[in-house]
Amino acid sequence: MIKRVIFTDFFFLLRERQIPVSIKEYMSLIEALDKGLITTPVEFYYIARALLVKDEKFFDLYDQAYLHYFEDAELPPLLSDELMEWLDKPVEQLKKIIPDWMRHYFSEEDLEDLKERFYEMLRRQKEEHNGGSQFIGTNGMSPFGHGGQYPDGIRVGGTGGLKMAAKIAHRRHFRNYREDRVIDTRTFKVALKKLRKLNRIGLEDELDLDETIDKTCKNLGDIELVFRKRKKNNIKLLLLMDVGGSMDPHAALLSRLFSAAHGASHFKDFKYYYFHNCVYGYLYKDIEREERIPTGDVLKKLDSDYKVIIVGDADMAPSELVATYGSIQIGDETYTPGIVWLKRIEDHFKKCVWLNPDMFVDYKGYTRQTIEKVFPSFRLTIEGLEEAIQELL
Amino acid sequence: MEAFNKFHGSKDYIASPALQNIVNVSIALKRPLLVKGEPGTGKTLLAHSIAEALDKRLIVWNIKSTTKAVDGCYQYDTIQRLNDSRFGTEQRDVNNVEDYIKLGQLGEAFESDEQVVLLIDEIDKADIEFPNDLLQELDIMEFYIPELHKTIKAKHRPIVIITSNNEKELPDAFLRRCVFHFIDFPDDQLMADIVHVHYPNLKDNILKSVLEQFYKVRGYDQLRKKPSTSELIDWIGVLLKAGISEKEIKQKFPFIGTLVKKEQDLQYLSKYKGIS
Repeated sequence: MIKRVIFTDFFFLLRERQIPVSIKEYMSLIEALDKGLITTPVEFYYIARALLVKDEKFFDLYDQAYLHYFEDAELPPLLSDELMEWLDKPVEQLKKIIPDWMRHYFSEEDLEDLKERFYEMLRRQKEEHNGGSQFIGTNGMSPFGHGGQYPDGIRVGGTGGLKMAAKIAHRRHFRNYREDRVIDTRTFKVALKKLRKLNRIGLEDELDLDETIDKTCKNLGDIELVFRKRKKNNIKLLLLMDVGGSMDPHAALLSRLFSAAHGASHFKDFKYYYFHNCVYGYLYKDIEREERIPTGDVLKKLDSDYKVIIVGDADMAPSELVATYGSIQIGDETYTPGIVWLKRIEDHFKKCVWLNPDMFVDYKGYTRQTIEKVFPSFRLTIEGLEEAIQELL
Repeated sequence: MEAFNKFHGSKDYIASPALQNIVNVSIALKRPLLVKGEPGTGKTLLAHSIAEALDKRLIVWNIKSTTKAVDGCYQYDTIQRLNDSRFGTEQRDVNNVEDYIKLGQLGEAFESDEQVVLLIDEIDKADIEFPNDLLQELDIMEFYIPELHKTIKAKHRPIVIITSNNEKELPDAFLRRCVFHFIDFPDDQLMADIVHVHYPNLKDNILKSVLEQFYKVRGYDQLRKKPSTSELIDWIGVLLKAGISEKEIKQKFPFIGTLVKKEQDLQYLSKYKGIS
């Protein structure tokens, strides 16, 4: 029999483990306890979960927290899934996904060796670790962890701040349902919803009441029904995305925006293409950049009413932007420099914006300055997207 | 503890103890129960089963992409009224706007003289704002009809079951008000019980080998569409009709097309797993 305890620390533990639990939900747990609906620990497990956790992707985190709270299980600070994936990749690939700006500092420490030492340390490390020079944690000098001073180490967890999101690495039941990023897709989607212009288009299948009354009166009471077209969103969207290289750290953010745009059903048409660093003679249909279509064809096929959102960090070697044959991608070089292609896009479409996921706002390199002269530029955040949508309308 | 009829599953629906608990808690706390899960895990059936077990009427509101929240409350039939005003009618009074207001499923559930079970099926099919538009109605269980200057208030708070296939994310404000249950795919034990409901006379050895094969196929993560309960039930039906023996089921996959329906998945199975 569970006594009437107020599980406030359990509530805070869940929040600490980044499960979005609100006070309202916590209060309903209290209500359930108060009404005597929970009589055994097993019931507590299921009912508290049903009342507090509203998405199966958090069930796994809930399991951890539950075990920790009731059975004193350890909450080991472990790897993010993303990192695990990185570590599964061969060293050659690992090298490629290191951002360009980091490569600059990269000494020739053998990545294979780094990986080995990382695993070794994981085995030895027992508790969360902050500071110090050997173990994985934050703010230290070992090559592992983040927020530290070791220039060419492996980053563990944390997406910008110094907070370490410790995660368990054991395979647990709900692990497959976990997805740490979907929530934001909705936020993007709601923002994209504002990108609409309602026009009356399509079949005349909506009753125009005012007009019907008017016509009927003029008809001396003989009913004359007047129908009109429905209001529909007339906006067509073209999304061009920079992928690969320095964009890799932003891949998750980009995929959120993409799935939001893709899932939004209110556009009249939605087209998307990929490019690498800058647009040249071809746009790519897939993220691997295998299937391509001439940029000129896209400009011919899509009329100037398409609203264009280009996402990229606008960060590249100046030659990639302004030199002839400037592309670093083999087969993509054209005599026409990238900046001219960008200008052609800007000329063809009435409204274009550039969204930049890069957070270093203070420093703008030459290429970024140049591109921002061509396109109205915004940061890839919810606020930035909303401003960009204002610009597009 | 407040007394209320408890849900323990019904004769053709097997509910795990956890699910029974959660259903009862949502009834006791008067919160809508949001049920998510793979297709074929019996989300919709749950509402039917609750209605049957508690002996209450079930009102089903099927959500489509064009459904609006107000549709569930009421509809005002302007055209009928215009028509009646011109040509006259015996059945309705043109001067009385009430005759032209038709309650939707939500309105019907509120107006019912006894408590009903209201199933809002596949809420994620509707527009992204739809759940938010329903918050008020589900929270205080009433809505206002401007044409009548009248508020429809629930006589008996309906038991609300909402299902979602996870096509769209639901808004937080909406989620906070619900009790949430994720129907996990049944394990072999529960699945055996489920199959028994459909085929009470199925022999144990056949059932065992069928389930073995079924979970083997489900274990391949590369499949685009894993077979679900309904496919299993169909498959067993076909196997029984064709009189296939236990040995044959174990050695190969007869009628695999009943179980796996995507062309790419069938190709994958035959190419990499030697199943065809």
